[in-house]
Amino acid sequence: MGKNYEVSRHDMVPEHEVIPGEKVEELLETYEIDVRQLPKILVNDPVAKEMETEPGDVLRVVRKSPTAGVAVSYRLVIER
Amino acid sequence: MAEPKQIGSIQFGLLSPKEIRKLAVTKIITPDTYDDDGYPIDLGLMDPKLGVIDPGLECKTCGGKPGECPGHFGKIELAAPVIHAGFARLIRKIMRATCRECGELSLTEEEKEGYREEIEKLKSLQQPIDDVRRDAFKEARKGSTCPSCGSDMSDVKFDRPTGYYVNDQKLMPTEVRDWLAKVPDEDLLVIGMNPEMARPEWMVLDVLPVPPVTMRPSITLETGQRSEDDLTHKLVDILRVNQRFQENQEAGAPQLIIEDLWELLQYHVVTFFDNHVSGIPPARHRSGRPLRTMAQRLKGKEGRFRSNLSGKRVNFSARTVISPDPNISVNEVGVPETIAKELTVTMHLTERNLEIARDTVLRGPDSHPGANYVRRADGRKQRISDKNREELAEKLEVGWQVDRHLKDGDVVLFNRQPSLHRMSIMAHEVRVLPYKTLRLNLCVCPPYNADFDGDEMNLHVPQTEEARAEAEVLMKVQNQMLSPRFGGPIIGGIHDHISGAFLLTERGSRFDRDDATELLRRAGIFELPEPEGQEDGQPYWTGGGLFSQLLPEDMDLRYTDSSGEPVIIEGGELVEGRMDDRAFGAFSGEILDALLKEYGVREARRFLDNATRVAIHAITKLGFSFGLSDEDLPDEAGTQIADVMTSADEKVENLIETYELGELDAIPGRSLEETLEMRIMQELGEARDQAGSIAEKFLGEDNSGVIMAVSGARGSMLNLTQMAASVGQQSVRGERITRGYRERTLPHFERGDLGTAAKGFVQSSYKDGLTPTEFFFHAMGGREGLVDTAVRTAQSGYMQRRLINALQDLNVKEDGTVRDTRDTIVQMIYGDDGIDPSKSDYGEAVDVERIAERVTGRSP
Ligand SMILES: [Mg+2]
Ligand SMILES: [Zn+2]
Ligand SMILES: [Zn+2]
Repeated sequence: MGKNYEVSRHDMVPEHEVIPGEKVEELLETYEIDVRQLPKILVNDPVAKEMETEPGDVLRVVRKSPTAGVAVSYRLVIER
Repeated sequence: MAEPKQIGSIQFGLLSPKEIRKLAVTKIITPDTYDDDGYPIDLGLMDPKLGVIDPGLECKTCGGKPGECPGHFGKIELAAPVIHAGFARLIRKIMRATCRECGELSLTEEEKEGYREEIEKLKSLQQPIDDVRRDAFKEARKGSTCPSCGSDMSDVKFDRPTGYYVNDQKLMPTEVRDWLAKVPDEDLLVIGMNPEMARPEWMVLDVLPVPPVTMRPSITLETGQRSEDDLTHKLVDILRVNQRFQENQEAGAPQLIIEDLWELLQYHVVTFFDNHVSGIPPARHRSGRPLRTMAQRLKGKEGRFRSNLSGKRVNFSARTVISPDPNISVNEVGVPETIAKELTVTMHLTERNLEIARDTVLRGPDSHPGANYVRRADGRKQRISDKNREELAEKLEVGWQVDRHLKDGDVVLFNRQPSLHRMSIMAHEVRVLPYKTLRLNLCVCPPYNADFDGDEMNLHVPQTEEARAEAEVLMKVQNQMLSPRFGGPIIGGIHDHISGAFLLTERGSRFDRDDATELLRRAGIFELPEPEGQEDGQPYWTGGGLFSQLLPEDMDLRYTDSSGEPVIIEGGELVEGRMDDRAFGAFSGEILDALLKEYGVREARRFLDNATRVAIHAITKLGFSFGLSDEDLPDEAGTQIADVMTSADEKVENLIETYELGELDAIPGRSLEETLEMRIMQELGEARDQAGSIAEKFLGEDNSGVIMAVSGARGSMLNLTQMAASVGQQSVRGERITRGYRERTLPHFERGDLGTAAKGFVQSSYKDGLTPTEFFFHAMGGREGLVDTAVRTAQSGYMQRRLINALQDLNVKEDGTVRDTRDTIVQMIYGDDGIDPSKSDYGEAVDVERIAERVTGRSP
């Protein structure tokens, strides 16, 4: 595998983005949840690794959806 | 009654010998149960301290009567400890990871601390610790010397179910226990055990808990003989061996005998817990039947969990054979009077229903809308009988309750297994009918997947106002007409409903005044529309015109029917086209779909009830039948089909010749052989299609079979072709038949014959009958189909179980998120778009075109 291979460039990998802390607070407030109630992603997930995320970060995932066109989801980065 | 309490937490652990002894209300010594007078023997297996099952006796521990006393545990002090086979593997794992001398886990202090911290963290996160435990065991097993005392670590060999060997020396249970007892508490934390709740030496039993008699009741046979529960039999075995062991030990018997008895005691204790452990023969009853011990009571489909806890038998339910009734509504279910008199609904008496209740009670339990029980205000219950019904009716007061018979209009749940989707249980309104079957409208056959070849269905009567309201709003058939799978109708006309409507709305169908009146009467319409025209001075009505009377007056709709012809409805009139399965058939009805979405479920249901009744009347009036002679083809057709077959045969022969000469051109990406096969299959497929069109031509449009196929009522043109013209190629695994004997399928053919007949082409039709070789190939193809279905149902059943187990506790919250029981978000919005497919238009939230059409009044 070449050095410049990036999973995020693959067609099947949806758009991931780390969202800033204040946005996380906002998100948690809208859903009235604790950060641990978000869906999770492992730090060693290829995408999370590539983005150099840390446990505790929250990723915004934008997927193409056959039903909704675009579906936005959030995932909390955790250690294994 | 005691206040209900909330469960704070559940802690699983092992029973320590101390706890077992504390739990026990008596020790059990004698392997006997009852004395000659039939009284339970003290210190025996039926000791009255363990609880009571015989009526009239009292529990010696709690004083309760049978049914009140929950039963109490006893204990058997084992003469020598034995391994609990359920933990045999864990014992082996621990012994392999610890030192026999000092009992410490074979890890360095740093390593231990690391694992302990990791487990602590995972537990606080409520994450599973299995991976860490596995790592700890694996690491600890690696070293060859003990890190703390330096002694050699030797491997522990394990012999199922309970044998342990170190250096080929058998370890006695006492030795195992002593080893496990040496493992320090801190080291147990490393391997994920909580020493407070589960010390490893507790996995070796010194004392055996004896289950209360209430969970192993004996039954008295008609002969007066007592028959004991399997568990009691097993306990008798244990006690006998235990006694013998003790006697031999005290008498100083040779080690060999002691070891044999020890082994035997171990066997009985193992089979007491689980009689299907691999490695030992199951303990059997005198009759040869394997005993049903602890594990067997819990495990599997017939076990406590799957058969008594996940699924229970219930009251207020009925089950019997079903049969069709085209005259009741799809919303209704026909209930036999005998069942209606058995199933009850509770009436809570108020001033407003007191008189009604009085009448009901007065009718008593035997005449139909009567009642079976009254419950006074103080809760006392009294059965209504022929003798006391008048007296009870007189006494009725506000505040009492009456269990009255099921009657017309009651809401009940109706169900057919396998309950694979939510439409397998729907709410119906009761119609009490004579005879002994449950009756349903044919339109609900598709969602239940029911037919009447002996199918049985279940009925449940909701017992509270809330349950009834919920059933009516959420589960009523008319509210289930749109499928949550694809957002279209799944309930609709079938078979003769479709044929009938098809014949009724045929172009040029005419009805006189009498017939038209009778037809519309089925839909509850008692006034005829204006006649379509006059013929011989008599007014006439067209089928289409009559059918239009069932449609809402302002309905506009266009769609294409299943033959591709346009159907146009304008202002509630069927202007053009003919009714077929695309009109109001199950899974495809366009009119039904439009009615459901634009006029509401009630209107749609009413239309369906009426349309099907009218269609059934039409088909009965016009006459419709199909028999062997409807597959007859004239000689001319026979010759034409024979010609097609001969020419197909020739073409195939030519292909084979070209192939053998090596002149066949391979299709790109295929070998020569594959090319040949494909070309032959194509040729034979065409031959059958040609035979089919010949048959179709000669059968004509008036043929009943053709009508059913074209209207989508039942069957296809392919079915007709196979019956009248030619069955066609049989296949196994998508290829022509190839297997059988060496280089040929049957000994009737030359080796290497690639011709049509030798490879499973069935030239005959079903009506003509198959030749013996054709019959054989047909059986081969048919068998594959059967096997596929059997395998598929088994696999999909298992998949269904696992999917349901995984998904059943998810629910959609008010904010649109899908969450599990811990309130963790699974989906941010249900299905990414927040749309309930059963409220959608074939999966789309809205049908913009249709709305535009209705607003502008123009079709796009
Ligand atoms: Mg059946
Ligand atoms: Zn008791
Ligand atoms: Zn040691």
